[in-house]
Amino acid sequence: MSRNVIKLDAKKVNSELFTLTYGALVSQLLKDYENVEDVNKQLERMGYNMGIRLIEDFLARTGSGRCYDFKDTAEKIQSGFKIFLGITPSITNWSVAGDEFSLCFETNPMSEFVELPDHCLSLKYCNLLPGVLRGACEMVQMEIASWFVQDQLKNDGVTELRVKFIKRLEDAIPAGED
Amino acid sequence: MKHQFVDGKSVPGAKAEADECLFEYLHGEIINYVVSKSKESSEEDLSQLEWMGFSVGYRIIERLTREMQRFKDELDIIKFICTDFWNSLYHKQVDNLRTNHHGVYVLHDNEFRLLAKIGKAGSRQYLCESPRLLAFTCGLLRGSLANLGVACTVKAEVTALPSCKFNVEVQRM
Repeated sequence: MSRNVIKLDAKKVNSELFTLTYGALVSQLLKDYENVEDVNKQLERMGYNMGIRLIEDFLARTGSGRCYDFKDTAEKIQSGFKIFLGITPSITNWSVAGDEFSLCFETNPMSEFVELPDHCLSLKYCNLLPGVLRGACEMVQMEIASWFVQDQLKNDGVTELRVKFIKRLEDAIPAGED
Repeated sequence: MKHQFVDGKSVPGAKAEADECLFEYLHGEIINYVVSKSKESSEEDLSQLEWMGFSVGYRIIERLTREMQRFKDELDIIKFICTDFWNSLYHKQVDNLRTNHHGVYVLHDNEFRLLAKIGKAGSRQYLCESPRLLAFTCGLLRGSLANLGVACTVKAEVTALPSCKFNVEVQRM
């Protein structure tokens, strides 16, 4: 049969499955919440939950150890994007203190098939990502904040994700134990 | 400090690709969301999961089959779903396909990917939660078949983890 000549590319199918499933989720959330701001929050929360699991996968795959400084962290985050999404965002716009940087995405598979309708202009479509970063870093004792500054879906040239180091988390010992 | 958290299931070079766990985690989060929302009502409402699966299936099959030749008949479509489609989504083919040749198809999967990690084989601990893990795939099947011109209903059945059955019943006009 000639149909079998065209083999499905499992990698591509899987990445499209992820993209489309994420799209279905976002549209469901938009139906469920009246306020777009709540959708952004919910996406971030879900990303956080994914991040705290994803970090283990990352460590297992890369076998990487501790970061020496935040620059090191930035590179690890960059390689994480390469591993999980197959993209390499560039690291730019370091703050003078070295505690803040931007990840710039030329392409983003998550928003590949997306156009924002007019009434959702305040939607941060990829708001899962900041959540993932926050969750993942928290699991390695680092508190960070992350947010979008530019978004290609809103006609910006690139999608820019800002990441800011807040503090190192100390292992919290449960109350009543030494 | 290296190799501190090596996890036997996901060492590099293992069969599972990195980007695939993304889908599994996302799927898990979607289930959590839908289930927590329907907590107020007594009956667990998984129809939203099914609906999301439907819309994903409907879109993905259209992209996949764009360059392909027209299918011969219904059975041909089902066979494609059981082999190539299933293989690229869940890394294996459907293990067994049965049909009564009157529009009922039963797809057996002896080790369904989304059920594979929730307990020891044959464990009954999470049996009653397992429909949550299948609703999305039911919708995915229904959606992809719908786009190929087969209107149907899909029901899932689990008797022993991690195997499951999908009952596809074609609706004749």
